[in-house]
Amino acid sequence: MIIGALLPLGLFLFPLWNITLEAPQYPIPLGMNIHINDFSDANPYDIKNINLMNHYVGMKYIPDAIPEFKIFPIGIIITTIIGLLIGIFGNYKWFMGWFVLMILVSTAGLIDFYLWEHDYGHDLDPKAIMKFTNPDGSVMGFQPPLFGSKDILNFRAHSYPRLGALFLALGIGFGFIAYFVGKREVKNA
Amino acid sequence: MKKTINIIVALVIVAGLFSCNNGGTSNKSQGALSSSAAEKVYVAPGELDEFYAFVSGGFSGQLAVYGLPSGRLFKVIPVFSQDAEKAWGYNEETIPMLNTSHGFIPWDDSHHPDISQTNGELDGRWVFINGNNTPRIAKIDLTTFETTEIIEVPNSAGNHSSSFVTENTEYVVAGTRFSVPVPQRDMSIKEYKGNFKGALTFISVDPEDGKMAIKFQILMPGFNYDLSHPGRGKSHGWFFFTTYNTEEANTLLEVNASQNDKDFIAAINWKKIEEYVNNGGGTKMPTNYAHNVYDDKTHTATSTMIKEVLTVNPIDIPGAVFFLPTPKSPHGCDVDPSGEYIVGNGKLSANLTVHSFTKMLDAIENKKFAGDAYGIPILNFEDVLAGVVEQPGSGPLHTEFDGKGNAYTTFFISSEVVKWKLGTWEVIDRKSTYYSVGHLMIPGGNSRKPFGKYVLAMNKITKDRYLPTGPELTQSAQLYDITGEKMELLLDFPTIGEPHYAAGIPAEILIPNSKKLFKLEENEHEYATVNDSEVKVVRKGKEVHIYMTMIRSHFNPDNIEGVKVGDKVYFHVTNLEQDYDVPHGISMIGAQTSELLIMPGQTETFIWYPKQVGVWPFYCTDFCSALHQEMQGYIRVSPASSNLELSWGLGD
Repeated sequence: MIIGALLPLGLFLFPLWNITLEAPQYPIPLGMNIHINDFSDANPYDIKNINLMNHYVGMKYIPDAIPEFKIFPIGIIITTIIGLLIGIFGNYKWFMGWFVLMILVSTAGLIDFYLWEHDYGHDLDPKAIMKFTNPDGSVMGFQPPLFGSKDILNFRAHSYPRLGALFLALGIGFGFIAYFVGKREVKNA
Repeated sequence: MKKTINIIVALVIVAGLFSCNNGGTSNKSQGALSSSAAEKVYVAPGELDEFYAFVSGGFSGQLAVYGLPSGRLFKVIPVFSQDAEKAWGYNEETIPMLNTSHGFIPWDDSHHPDISQTNGELDGRWVFINGNNTPRIAKIDLTTFETTEIIEVPNSAGNHSSSFVTENTEYVVAGTRFSVPVPQRDMSIKEYKGNFKGALTFISVDPEDGKMAIKFQILMPGFNYDLSHPGRGKSHGWFFFTTYNTEEANTLLEVNASQNDKDFIAAINWKKIEEYVNNGGGTKMPTNYAHNVYDDKTHTATSTMIKEVLTVNPIDIPGAVFFLPTPKSPHGCDVDPSGEYIVGNGKLSANLTVHSFTKMLDAIENKKFAGDAYGIPILNFEDVLAGVVEQPGSGPLHTEFDGKGNAYTTFFISSEVVKWKLGTWEVIDRKSTYYSVGHLMIPGGNSRKPFGKYVLAMNKITKDRYLPTGPELTQSAQLYDITGEKMELLLDFPTIGEPHYAAGIPAEILIPNSKKLFKLEENEHEYATVNDSEVKVVRKGKEVHIYMTMIRSHFNPDNIEGVKVGDKVYFHVTNLEQDYDVPHGISMIGAQTSELLIMPGQTETFIWYPKQVGVWPFYCTDFCSALHQEMQGYIRVSPASSNLELSWGLGD
């Protein structure tokens, strides 16, 4: 359980998510890593160049900082401390409680990510240089996928979890396993 | 019936395919049939060449970058001549690069590129090239493929036996072809003999930053010093120069300089001379020459005039300089990868003379001298001779080596490349060139470690080899495969200017170091504008300085008012892009200079003199983006008497 509680700290070391944009004139694709407390370039100046591309269709610049960068690290530290306390003092029934808590926190994170992506892809500058419409006449959005790959105009966008997310998932998984291990130990005792 | 015919046709086609394949395979194994030549030089779309070839531009003054085996031209690096395309010698930053003791010189004749070496092998840091007419040596940085340093060579004239590097790039060497009075003075030309001097200049190269400085000049007798090469391996520490006009003729040289049966190869023990000058030897002579350095951080060149040079009289250093008799006005002076053989390509001789370094040392040790010239000992021809390649062709000019014991020599008069064997001196193969070949090049053929896959021959005359283009025709290069016993002509391709000589290097050595862009945070240009908040227009009397930025797809500012007739307007333009391969250009209507072509993160400056009242546009000259055509701006020019204050803006 303690391992499970500590694993999500890997988020501070490794990126949580990555969005990569491929296009013929970018033989080295543009990429952005999303960390728990930062956005970073996959290759130098990628975010600057994504912003330059996206301003043609009126998308906002990717901000240097978002409130989530403050909230998420605190959330992860709090859940880690709770996990540790449970691991040391609590019984196995609490392990399930931590597992549920982590699932809720992660889901909240994903929903938040989706909402930001939706806004990023749809809240376009009305003076955009190029305006595209869907076949039904509505304004075309440029939202990157939450998970998976998608064609957006001349780009192919990929959005996948990175090592940080794996650490989080493993941590949650360990919490879940710890519940059953603990349960069996209690039964056997 | 029809079906049967179809089947037969199909079978014939299939059989044809198979037989073609068989033919192709056997061609490859023979390596000499023209049907496989196309395959050998074909670099498919999206694929990369195996070698870079830096081919001199001769009277264009520049250095061209080709790929081998395809022969595709990638870039013309401006060196000694102004280049309006790249603003070289036009923008304020690079004008100082073309400064000399004769003032601003917008042209030269570039001859012999040579790539820097470490331990006798190509290291790919820099390529050096000489300007022949107004003697200069340039250094090109192979991370940016831009000329970053030019040093003038004083007391020299016709800087031809240049710019060859020693085995650890300790020195780049520049020898004079024309001897002149040293120091220059008003004297009768007829008094040439015994009075003129030939300066051989050793320019040290800083092992860290490559900074060049003239270490010393050897003031040799007034012969013509034609070409040179360093010793390597066992002969490291020596340098060899061919001479002609040992007759010291000053008129009708084609006759008067071709009388002696033998001229000399001058063997210079530069380590000995280095030691001599390090111990305070030599004479400081007043002079005047320019040293121009381009800084990648400030994106700006500075020119410094240097007033003194250290000269050395060869007879003051016993054992440092010797003459090796070599038949008939030798041109190329080439040292094999082991450092043992020194080939003198006697251009008016029927034979090819090869000297032995070991024999030379032995003759020197035993003081077997045949006499002296102006106090410099002359060795006996027979004592230093390693061998002679008998009757290989006519007009031998230049030899390079494949690292497998073979040498390849060009013959100007008989228009051919001849392959022969070191040690046995037997001719193995000969192939025609089209026509009148000068030098040839094997990548690394000038080092301890040649990459003996191709030889590139460079021709002066092409006649009927290409579509005619009026009286002036292209000169050319020809690529031969030298992996087999026999050479195989693979490709002709046209070259810029005159391809005197070339230097080749495997692409994999240079690719990882090639810079993609200049970092804005490292831009130290005096007039850089690294973000939009710093954009401004400043008046200083009649000077107006525009601190401008450019990024897809606008200039900032793009509307400027308050400029007046009679002003001197400086455009200091910074490209804010930080993406690979996104330069922007800028030019202003009526600007009496070239455009600027500015790389990401770089700042450049041009000057515009507004002469007429009105509203005048400027625009981006390099198709940069989907909105390139929108990348433009206006400057309002008011009468000289106007009181309009400067104002500027973007998107107001």
